[in-house]
Amino acid sequence: MGSSEHLGDQLGDHLFRRESGRIVATLTRIFGVHNLALAEDVVQDAFCRALEVWKFRGVPENPSAWLMVTAKNRALDVLRRERTARTFAPELGRFLESEWTLSPAVEENFAPHAIKDDQLRMMFSCCHPRLPEEAQVALMLHILCGFTVDEVAAAFVSSHAAMEKRITRAKKVLASSQKLFDIADSLDFAARLPAVHRALYLLFNEGYHGASAQSAVRAELCIEAMRLAALLREHPLAATPATFALSALMSLHAARLPARLDSSGELRTLGDQDRSLWDAHLVEEGQKLLDLSASGLELTEYHLEAAIAWAHAVAPRAEDTNWKTIVSLYDKLMAIRPSPVVALNRAIAIAQRNGPERGLEEIRAIANSDRLFSYPFYHAALGEFELRAGRADAAREHFRAALALARSPMERTFLSHRLAACTPTAATAAPAHATKA
Amino acid sequence: MSEFVYLYRGGQTNRSPEAMQQTMQKWMAWFKDLGDKGHIKNMGQPLDRAGKVVRGKQKTVTDGPFAEAKDVVGGYSLIEARDLDQAVELSKGCPIFEVEGAVEVRPVMKM
Repeated sequence: MGSSEHLGDQLGDHLFRRESGRIVATLTRIFGVHNLALAEDVVQDAFCRALEVWKFRGVPENPSAWLMVTAKNRALDVLRRERTARTFAPELGRFLESEWTLSPAVEENFAPHAIKDDQLRMMFSCCHPRLPEEAQVALMLHILCGFTVDEVAAAFVSSHAAMEKRITRAKKVLASSQKLFDIADSLDFAARLPAVHRALYLLFNEGYHGASAQSAVRAELCIEAMRLAALLREHPLAATPATFALSALMSLHAARLPARLDSSGELRTLGDQDRSLWDAHLVEEGQKLLDLSASGLELTEYHLEAAIAWAHAVAPRAEDTNWKTIVSLYDKLMAIRPSPVVALNRAIAIAQRNGPERGLEEIRAIANSDRLFSYPFYHAALGEFELRAGRADAAREHFRAALALARSPMERTFLSHRLAACTPTAATAAPAHATKA
Repeated sequence: MSEFVYLYRGGQTNRSPEAMQQTMQKWMAWFKDLGDKGHIKNMGQPLDRAGKVVRGKQKTVTDGPFAEAKDVVGGYSLIEARDLDQAVELSKGCPIFEVEGAVEVRPVMKM
């Protein structure tokens, strides 16, 4: 009888979801990208079988292999049954015609190295230039990470209908692209790689800064982005300095995840976090990856962002932060990838180095700052600087504006506490609270 | 103690991988609980939802599905319980109810 006590060990978190992404990628390779829906059906079927059989007989020794074999057998059934009615992957066409070659051809495509390549191929295919960036990210999460439309919608705080539309449209573009991206073509590969980096960066950021109220959901997005980035690092053409820099930046940020929320689930700013909670292993890994990223002449925004994260990671206390280095890194970042959000972060770093008045000057000087008006932390930064400059009334106005824009209960709580900090009574209440401890 | 058969009928199949994994973990926990309390005579087997039906004097063979999807038997277990009431009560912990399925509780006839 299957024991449930060690189920976590046997199955791992999200095993089904993760395997589903792997198997869909492989089946799509065999069936052809136009048969994506068929690949998804076969995977669904394999998972139903696993559910039925395992609940009676327990989880097999190697659940991933069991799922792969089941999917492979289902795929063979489908190929035999439908080879006259459908066309499959053109590059496999002739192998599918005869029973002599069908089985070995499918077998070969289920070999471990082939499966890794299939995921990479799918990752690059999802970043189709005809798709907007947000659709590329949604598609990756749906196909490669096994998130349902509802799960993607929850992660991006979007309605089911809107996400369904986005994913359906994206799948249509993918299915009509004739064939999957050719990862053997090194020129095409290099040309598409930046789009893949960008999508993984957005996926990670959605997890790290995103609006979803559930921190568990958001952590999963970070983990998925890191997993996909690791796949890139394993491929010789994809293991570029930018890939290492992107991976470093993810590790260094992910290291701070355990400290971002305190024990009562409240958001903690970087300066406020208990740094002993930072994941030392991830910091170390981030450092290694950052070293590896320094091998070429290329300096990307990922290099700079990773270097900024590194500068924070090595400061034992918030007051030890080397703001001078951080400001100069933001200067470089503004030079290669200027954006209002980068400018805002640069202004915050300058305020740390030169005081709140300088910070306010920098914020006022941001080009296109109107694009930040709907961003709660723009107003929160203004409030913070005004408060530090001793102008509580002005600060209160800004925090009110920030609060009105809060995207989750977590942000709302955080900002209402900042608002309360503008009123002296809240400050005098603090010692009374402290006596409790 | 008397013996009963649980027939597991129906239950949604078109669910997300994540949801299926959770369902499976619940099933295994439920079976374990029943087993620990000594109610499982034989855990039984899952049944493939496809198959053939042979019917009538002509022995006509037809393909499944044999009934509507919501009625198809997906597996069975052999349970030991004091009486039908207890067997019914025990079945209520089955995770199949979360996915719109049913448990048919049938006493095994004694000679």
